[in-house]
Amino acid sequence: MSPRLVWRKSVSVMMLSLTGVCALAGVSVLLFILGYLLWYGGKYINWDFVTQLPKPVGETGGGMANAIVGSAKLLLLAALTGVPVGFFGGVYLSEFGGKTFAFLVRYTTDLLNGVPSIVMGIFAYTVVVLPMRHFSTLAGGLALGVMMIPIAVRSTEEFLRAIPTALREGALALGASKWKTIVKVVIPAAAGGIVTGIMLDLARVAGETAPLIFTSFNNRFWSSGWNQPIASLPVMIYTYALGPYDDWHRQAWAAGLILLLLVLAANIVARTVLARRSTAREM
Amino acid sequence: MATLQGMSAMEKTPTKMEPDEVSKPSNGRPQPKLLVSALNFFYGKRQALLDVTIQIPENRITGLIGPSGCGKSTFLRTLNRMYEIVPHARAEGRIELDGQNLMELDAMEVRRRVGMVFQKSNPFPKSIFDNVAFGLRVNRIVRRGELHEAVERSLRRAALWDEVKDSLHDSAYKLSGGQQQRLCIARALAVDPEVLLLDEPCSALDPIATAKIEELLFGLKKLCTVVLVTHNMQQAARVADVTGFFLLGRLIEFNTTEVIFKTPASRQTEDYITGRFG
Repeated sequence: MSPRLVWRKSVSVMMLSLTGVCALAGVSVLLFILGYLLWYGGKYINWDFVTQLPKPVGETGGGMANAIVGSAKLLLLAALTGVPVGFFGGVYLSEFGGKTFAFLVRYTTDLLNGVPSIVMGIFAYTVVVLPMRHFSTLAGGLALGVMMIPIAVRSTEEFLRAIPTALREGALALGASKWKTIVKVVIPAAAGGIVTGIMLDLARVAGETAPLIFTSFNNRFWSSGWNQPIASLPVMIYTYALGPYDDWHRQAWAAGLILLLLVLAANIVARTVLARRSTAREM
Repeated sequence: MATLQGMSAMEKTPTKMEPDEVSKPSNGRPQPKLLVSALNFFYGKRQALLDVTIQIPENRITGLIGPSGCGKSTFLRTLNRMYEIVPHARAEGRIELDGQNLMELDAMEVRRRVGMVFQKSNPFPKSIFDNVAFGLRVNRIVRRGELHEAVERSLRRAALWDEVKDSLHDSAYKLSGGQQQRLCIARALAVDPEVLLLDEPCSALDPIATAKIEELLFGLKKLCTVVLVTHNMQQAARVADVTGFFLLGRLIEFNTTEVIFKTPASRQTEDYITGRFG
């Protein structure tokens, strides 16, 4: 082999190994976190933890059933507010957006995505909590919903844009209206990606703490209504991890693991449903 | 200068553009289905079609040939107003469909009546059945109970039924390239179009798949008027009844296929079909 060829080959091998090393580094960090959570949190997850309310301060034992249900309720509210706005916004940007206005919307959503979550909390505090004069589940759900919008918009837009124009033309050429084309052809073709994007978005806000401290606050008991403060896993983790008791620290680990498992389970369910639907009808 | 001469030749001798067989409805010959006059087309500031005037005969196959970028696909897209989805595209002139001004009709109505098959087959990511039923459903053409029958009829017309009758609910993506293109033809035929536009439908297909589609085109002209844009001159010679030659956005010559290929009036047409350029 000529020296030139040897050099080219070694550069190729070097660069390939570099990408492999970086991929491995990324995955190992994730695995490390997961292992750590499993190790510390796994030990303390028991039936009581998922069914009981927190014990009074100072006593050991008890659980976080209220925080698990609380997080679910907050995420439901977040999905109800954030997903429609994000989804239809994304459809608009991809299918209807004019040049200037679309640019403006895109720019603003990217900006919104960069707003620190604590600022979102203060925003929700100002527009919902202050007028209502108390913390509430609604305020928390709204704060999370607003946080979902940027990613829901942009991921929906990207997945719709990836659908070839040829499909749109095919439908339009059959006499379908623009809206029918979008609803019957473009969105179904992109559904897998859109749902995945939204699930990841939900997973991201599921772990948000800062916006909830200002809005849904916390509650050591079952929340008595959408209008009342409510416990959530991230806020419980925050409170317990900072607390002075060893039992609280252990429960914080367990709560972290539960949060991760819930997000994982939601993702798996969404993907399976989607995969089954597409194998049955399309692929 | 050369193209200008071609244009003036056409203007002076309109009979060359409107062959006897096509232009005289009185003797039982086909009527013009589409009548295009003085059509100019622009993409922004760039002019893509210059003063195109043509009469497309009913229940005949009209072939449009010409080198890449000569405007034949653009022309095809004016006939069902598909050009409108391209930003800054604009057409000037008059197009009549059965005497009605195409530009004043509703675009959705036009596209229902003037179907289109694209260069690259574009089945929807749905089942074979749902692909064919799509146009029927969005246009609410048939009642629910008749849907299956209509789908079968369209697939038979596109010579695809025997190959797919046992797998109607499989994905359209499982079909071969040629089958996908015939599926697209079936899908277009399902809504009973009066005109079927085909934009180089065989350019991505092998000779056997191409032969099948050509064969089916012969049968289709009983059902509707066919306009076929093709890169392949042999294809035009084989299937078209009348042929138009486009060059640089102008319709240079339009006549029966036999005349175009054997005794073209224009030097440019002759150069093109004998392979001297393009």
